[in-house]
Amino acid sequence: MIQLKNMSFGYGETPLFNGLTCAFEDGKLTCVVGPNGSGKSTCLKLCARLLRPGAGEIAVDGRPASAYDARAFARALAFLPQSRPLPAITVRSLVSHGRFAYLGLSHRLRPADEEAVESALRKTGMLDCAARELRTLSGGQRQKAYLAMLIAQGAQNLLLDEPMTYLDVRHQLELLELLHALRDAGKCVVMVVHDLALACEEGDRALLLHEGAPLYDGPAAALLASGCVETAFGVRPRPGGVRFERA
Amino acid sequence: MPISMNFSLKRKARLCAVILFLLLLAAAIASMCLGASGLSPRELWQAVREGVDSPAARILLYIRLPRTLAALLSGAALAVSGVILQGVLLNPLASPNIVGVNAGAGFATLLCACFFPAAATFLPAAAFLGALAASLLILLLAGRMGASRLTVVLAGVAVNAILSAGTDLVTTLEPEATLGMSAFMVGGFSGVSAARVYTAAAYIAPALLLALLTADRLDILGLGDEVAQSIGLRVRRARVGQLMLASVLAGAAISFSGLLGFVGLIVPHALRRLTGGENRTLLPLSMLGGALFVLVCDTIARTAFAPYEVPVGILLALLGGPFFIWLLLRQRKGGRG
Repeated sequence: MIQLKNMSFGYGETPLFNGLTCAFEDGKLTCVVGPNGSGKSTCLKLCARLLRPGAGEIAVDGRPASAYDARAFARALAFLPQSRPLPAITVRSLVSHGRFAYLGLSHRLRPADEEAVESALRKTGMLDCAARELRTLSGGQRQKAYLAMLIAQGAQNLLLDEPMTYLDVRHQLELLELLHALRDAGKCVVMVVHDLALACEEGDRALLLHEGAPLYDGPAAALLASGCVETAFGVRPRPGGVRFERA
Repeated sequence: MPISMNFSLKRKARLCAVILFLLLLAAAIASMCLGASGLSPRELWQAVREGVDSPAARILLYIRLPRTLAALLSGAALAVSGVILQGVLLNPLASPNIVGVNAGAGFATLLCACFFPAAATFLPAAAFLGALAASLLILLLAGRMGASRLTVVLAGVAVNAILSAGTDLVTTLEPEATLGMSAFMVGGFSGVSAARVYTAAAYIAPALLLALLTADRLDILGLGDEVAQSIGLRVRRARVGQLMLASVLAGAAISFSGLLGFVGLIVPHALRRLTGGENRTLLPLSMLGGALFVLVCDTIARTAFAPYEVPVGILLALLGGPFFIWLLLRQRKGGRG
């Protein structure tokens, strides 16, 4: 559960958010949508403490985000940025780094950590490529490897910045299934997406940001009917849109 | 099979460590035996058993042992320092001599030796401060300029130039005090004093231990700042902490060995090709590999041209220069470092 209250933030002189108030709930997959530059990624980075708000409060699981120390925060909230370097490590090592916030002084994985890593690899179907180097994998597999790292991190709140971008439709579907499973386990899952149809049909809730303010904040299924999409993007859905499911 | 692949990678690293260790042992024995008055391994063993009274034991204790230890320590320290710098700057071309860390340590050592000749105990500390100043400067420049691979190297060229000018200034203004410093500039172990080696060892040993314990942070830094922070690493603190470790290691090594170059470049690169890029594996192997490499080079440099002794710094530069050019060419082709 993440609550933003009266949060203000700007890059340099220009304010982006001026008193943003919204919440991301447990057991829900929230899709954050909006035009480019509307502050979707910034909103997630503020929640993840990668940026510091100018004013206002962010609470994670009912506690002010600023009150956590670095490791405790990592155990409460996991964030996957959109762009990342491509390190020369294996999938298993990547996933095991998800346990960093749980390690003791010796920096060795304990049995509980090993179990969390195995389970994350199993859930994402990455056991078979656990020994492969990340850079030898396809974009879709890499994304699943990172999701496995996030799962191993065991946080209640998971924020993903455009996880679907560059993925083919099959990998998008697999990723969605994993996110749905996390949601069904009671996690608070938030992702930034550009695909409005995907947001409406697969998300539980939608937050439409427009010029730094929530233009729509409600059930994802009612987003298109609200007319907010037309205001924000100047487009409207054509009748008879197409979504896919597993064949 | 994927799982056995993982196993074999681990096994490969372990095998590599065992082989390096055995080679190191052999090289250490060879280094103790070879020299102006050669000892056979049996004489070596006798000297160890009989104690300090025999002439062989004296040669061992006062000449060969300090020299062997000096090569081992500086090799291990410089190679690990290279691994850390490469990890922190996310740049395979970074190594203490290229980004100016050696030059910083050298300049500070020179200043300390010139103006406070009595404070030899603090030479490693002074060298550490010089190395740290240079490495923080590089970190700052890399942050400002976007840390592209060649940019960091160019920033290093600039830092090197400034510090070398400072060094030249001191040697010009204080020619008497810096007499005999030319050997320091080349780098080598001839006439290394046991006291200096043992003093530096007091800095190097704990720093190596800490580097081994915190190598996973280097791998996490490699995931990028945002990922690193969101899995719970305090990125800035980790980065500065690791740079301090690299500076202690390079500084302490340079305080007695002089400006040895390229160890921190050659050793990690060679090992990375064998066992992959993970610092958790690479760092301990580089420690062994660096020690072995410098020890072998020094033994060759002081015996191959007898009765003359070539400073090992010259040999390392002869090997390292072409190696660096080769790396640069590979980078341009877009190959991974």
